[in-house]
Amino acid sequence: MGLVFKNETFRDDFTFSNSPAAIKRFPFPFHEDRYMYTVNIEPHIAGPKGSVYEFPIDIDEHYLSDMRDRALVLKEDPLRCQSLPHMLTAEWDLVELLMTSMSESYPEHFTLTREGDNWHWINRPMGIDQKFTFGDVATLPYRPMEYITRQCQGDFCLLDQRDGDLWMDAGIVSTQADWSLDFDVGMSFKEWHAPVPMAHEVGVFDRALKFLLNMQQGKPVRRLNWTMTINPRLDTSPENYHKWGKDRTTVTPENVGNKVHLRVELQGLWRLPRSNAIVFSIRAYLIKMDELVTVPKWGRRLHRVLKTLPDAIADYKGTTRYRQTTIDWLAKYDDGAPTSKGCWPD
Amino acid sequence: MSGEAEFRVRVAETETVADGIRRLRLVPLGRAALPLFSGGAHTVLTMQDEDRVLRNPYSLMGSPFDSSSYQISVLRTRDSRGGSIFVHDKLKEGSELSITAPVNLFPIDRRARRHLLIAGGIGITPFMAMMEQLEREELPFELHYGMRSKAGGAYWSALRDTYGRRINTYFDDAQQKIPLTRLLENQPLGTHLYVCGPAAMIDWVLTEAREAGWPEENVHFERFSAPPAGAPFTIELAKAGRVIDVKPTQSILEAIEAAGLTVPFLCRGGACGQCETHVVSCSGTIEHNDHFLSAAEKASGGKIMICVSRLKSAGSRIVLDL
Repeated sequence: MGLVFKNETFRDDFTFSNSPAAIKRFPFPFHEDRYMYTVNIEPHIAGPKGSVYEFPIDIDEHYLSDMRDRALVLKEDPLRCQSLPHMLTAEWDLVELLMTSMSESYPEHFTLTREGDNWHWINRPMGIDQKFTFGDVATLPYRPMEYITRQCQGDFCLLDQRDGDLWMDAGIVSTQADWSLDFDVGMSFKEWHAPVPMAHEVGVFDRALKFLLNMQQGKPVRRLNWTMTINPRLDTSPENYHKWGKDRTTVTPENVGNKVHLRVELQGLWRLPRSNAIVFSIRAYLIKMDELVTVPKWGRRLHRVLKTLPDAIADYKGTTRYRQTTIDWLAKYDDGAPTSKGCWPD
Repeated sequence: MSGEAEFRVRVAETETVADGIRRLRLVPLGRAALPLFSGGAHTVLTMQDEDRVLRNPYSLMGSPFDSSSYQISVLRTRDSRGGSIFVHDKLKEGSELSITAPVNLFPIDRRARRHLLIAGGIGITPFMAMMEQLEREELPFELHYGMRSKAGGAYWSALRDTYGRRINTYFDDAQQKIPLTRLLENQPLGTHLYVCGPAAMIDWVLTEAREAGWPEENVHFERFSAPPAGAPFTIELAKAGRVIDVKPTQSILEAIEAAGLTVPFLCRGGACGQCETHVVSCSGTIEHNDHFLSAAEKASGGKIMICVSRLKSAGSRIVLDL
């Protein structure tokens, strides 16, 4: 069965919404009624049919609108896509990973034919039919990473591994939760994680780095991260803070349901074959409070998570101005009943 | 996209390529292709030698772009454990074994303006794959390759044919020596140095490079230790509640595996850090044989790399957090 792609916006009139099916498959991140940082890394293996974990790279009803928004971001700010010169081999590895995964998972929408280095890529939803030579930059209209990530949902960073560390030496980042590739490019793992509160003290980053340095090909992993966003805006970047920062002051008890969104990032990590680099993918899913509370367990649980969230984490996630208003709004969906273990709806 | 990290292979070809050096070509069983890899990567072979299971790491020396087979070369050594002897005497065309997915602890640093490769003896193998990749990516390199003799050195003639003047060979029996001092003094800024070979050679190159003022980030080496034999001792696994004897020719990791338990590992050569284990208590002295823990960590005795390190004296006992 083919996906039906919606036509919607993530800016200006904000027409983005989730269909009932998209709400059902939303990757709700809280497995219990409180939240704390952990090394919540698990194997990125196939999950239940229809879930965001069914395939290695998830394409959904927002695909075409996502890609349109990315093109707008790149047009205004080409520095959202950067790659240091030594990352070209990793860029080609990424082309292979994404084209292979998309065509195997969604054959009705994407087709890849390979004969040696002669590749033929068809992207039906976007109307693209491209023959190119794998390894030859001149045969594509963009550099390899930019070419394929203009056609794939999610931000992607390519991490070079050397000197017992990981370095963010390439990436395309246009749907980010207030961090900047232009600022972080070239940084080491602990440098780019430096602003995260509390996690350093509990050794999360030491353990995560050691784990990632020894990550093997064929054994990708994933984790969820989350924050909250006012309006369904994908591009909440520091570069555009002047456009969206003030949205945080517009939340009222009347508009919480429509304005306040839970933003969940499905982060995937793959070891790449030719370059030995690691792909770090960050796929953002948005859901407004009105949609979220259609799942009673999620309404109850998010209310409790926000109430008990340590202030340092709430501040870091930028929720300070509207957190209490949101908690008050969610209170009417929390009858105090116990919630079941795990993230999925009851 | 398979989730497995170990696959079955068949020995498709064997060849004696120099005195005491045997090349194996391994083809996949039950799958169409093997994963591509990056130059410098290794795989761990699992070999069933009667009632004993041996797992040894070997550098992948074939083309990183060939998914139809992997190639390794093994030097026959008189190590007490018998891994190389098994490869030489017991594996033949048609033999089947398991290998792990490739892992690279000796990768190319693509920031380099130039790659200076120094190989000694069987240490040539990771460079075989590396040079193939450097050539394809059009990155400048030169190799300096020391061997005992023409008959005892592998691949030097074919490498010269392929890469021409970028291959420099030196034979001990002709009193030729890699002119290291001159090489290290005459490289353009941005050159990276890579060395793989016998431990003494690696030490020599690292020392010379340090003295010549090379930045540490520009110097790369691959140093695998085979687990050395030693005295027998006893381990106690605190969480599993098991007491296991480690034989003189076994590593702790091998003894644990022989007892039917599994623990994570990658390189089995004391380099990657994957099998780092906390020590609960120890009645003897730890002989740290790894290249992963810092000197301070080794001195504190709180951690042990169970793939290569052991206890010094017979009859002593260590309690591990496993």
